[in-house]
Amino acid sequence: MNTLMLNIIVLVYILAIGYLGYRGGRDTKDSEDYMVAGRKIHPYVMAMSYGATFISTSAIVGFGGVAGLFGMGLLWLTFLNIFVGIFIAFVVFGKRTRKMGHNLGAMTFPELLGRRFDSKFVQYFSGLVIFSGMPMYASVVLIGAARFIETTLQIDFDIALLLFSVIIAAYVVLGGLKGVMYTDAMQATIMFFGMAFLMVMTYSLLGGITPAHMALTEMANQVPESLTAMGHTGWTAMPAFGSAWWWTLVSTLALGVGIGVLAMPQLTVRFMTVKSSRELSRAVFIGGIFILMMTGVAFVVGALSNVYFAQKDGVISIAAAGGNADSIIPVFINSAMPEWFVYVFMLSLLAAGMPTLSSQFHAQGTAIGRDVYETLSGKRGERSILIARIGIIIAVIVAVVLGYILPGSIIVRGTAIFFGLCAAAFLPMYSCALFWRRATKVGAIAGLVVGTFTSLFWLVFAHQKEAQALGIAKIILGRDVLITSMPWPVVDPIVVGLPLAFIVTVGVSLATKPPNPKQVEECFKGIK
Amino acid sequence: MLGISDPWIWGVYVLSLLSALLCVTYGAINWNKGSEKEPEEIKEEIRWEEQEQEMEESELGL
Repeated sequence: MNTLMLNIIVLVYILAIGYLGYRGGRDTKDSEDYMVAGRKIHPYVMAMSYGATFISTSAIVGFGGVAGLFGMGLLWLTFLNIFVGIFIAFVVFGKRTRKMGHNLGAMTFPELLGRRFDSKFVQYFSGLVIFSGMPMYASVVLIGAARFIETTLQIDFDIALLLFSVIIAAYVVLGGLKGVMYTDAMQATIMFFGMAFLMVMTYSLLGGITPAHMALTEMANQVPESLTAMGHTGWTAMPAFGSAWWWTLVSTLALGVGIGVLAMPQLTVRFMTVKSSRELSRAVFIGGIFILMMTGVAFVVGALSNVYFAQKDGVISIAAAGGNADSIIPVFINSAMPEWFVYVFMLSLLAAGMPTLSSQFHAQGTAIGRDVYETLSGKRGERSILIARIGIIIAVIVAVVLGYILPGSIIVRGTAIFFGLCAAAFLPMYSCALFWRRATKVGAIAGLVVGTFTSLFWLVFAHQKEAQALGIAKIILGRDVLITSMPWPVVDPIVVGLPLAFIVTVGVSLATKPPNPKQVEECFKGIK
Repeated sequence: MLGISDPWIWGVYVLSLLSALLCVTYGAINWNKGSEKEPEEIKEEIRWEEQEQEMEESELGL
């Protein structure tokens, strides 16, 4: 470790962030100013700040590591991230969400749904789901950053986690979301060039695009037996159809995370904060390239790290990373890239985690304060500030504690659980809210409840990884999972929960009295 | 193709590039479309913005 170089890079970084933070703060004094600044702001700054909230350390470190373990099949997630997470999300969902959110004066995602269906239950129940489910996701983002610090600075993981948590807590307490657009954009820009550099370096280290892929294809015989048994057929091949890994890749990663993004509360709320639908179109332009460079490069490089480690040390990546998939990307970058790059990359990775975490904690605070407390008590004002703040503090503490408890190779699973839960609970109701005037309050409630509880039931009793770890099924049923025959123990909750919730939402809506036309008209005002 | 024999893998490699291209094309074509011209919409936007600011101050104390 070169301390002098690290110090200089950290110093330059902090100065740049400080300056941009100051500029951002100066430009946005009051709401009128904010509007003007927002209208004048360069679309590049606008879109890059989106990117920083979208993709975080967990996507690059965690999912890149899984690509190191299982190979390029993960690119299906990249495709869905771009096509569904950017294109469909912004063009199809984003514009309507923005308009309807404004029609209804909604500030949070649960509030949008609650007002659309004129139901307090929808609002506070959604708030509760977000508040209790999100710490899992926040915690794996923390873990991703801490793994990188651990490898680069060679300090203990627990200390790295504590260090990063303290920085995050300070950032969130000091205000977090305000005036950060410039800093977000700078961090995203550094990440962008960092990933571009990483891609070029990796391909050139391994002799070019086609030779690198060919070398990886030829390594198929080096797949360890334990992975072959799960369906692994090489790093440039799809897993064996119907195998455990095939189901994980297709149902958990591609569907769960790829589609779950549509119903992520902290992302959907962003649609409502943009100035006009023009900004959404512009964000599609930059977002598409940005996500390709982030996840696409992370997955390709993660997979190719096997060729690098095989040529250098004669081992595959997971062995080089000590058996923890979460450490593959940090170990590869530390081993294969120039030292200055490792430091810059680490800083931008940590910085990228901040807006993500901050928006997660913010979402949890508003969920418990506004969506749960205010809705249930009907009161506003100081008590609710206090509750939102306590909620944020609890959220931070729970996330950090989970960071210590959770095992290795967890980042991807933790992300997938939360995305899957959000998809099953919110997506049917949310898409009906936007596109189907006939959807009723009772239908929405039924879908929400069925989606949430089916997902939770499946996690606790049917999906082997979680059911086994929790051990509740074992106590009640006497075996690890409810249905032991393949493929059920490896089928993700979203495969069961999402269609079921959709059917229930539509079925119950059709069976109940149509909603009040006046209320529906109010929601759809200005929407063609 | 590209040193990868499984069509499902090189296919998705290309598909990812194409979907990014789709985003770029869409964004470029609509770069200037959809901005608010109606005074009423701009008013509505400012109202929402103020409400949000108020919510952040009064409920999160930011």
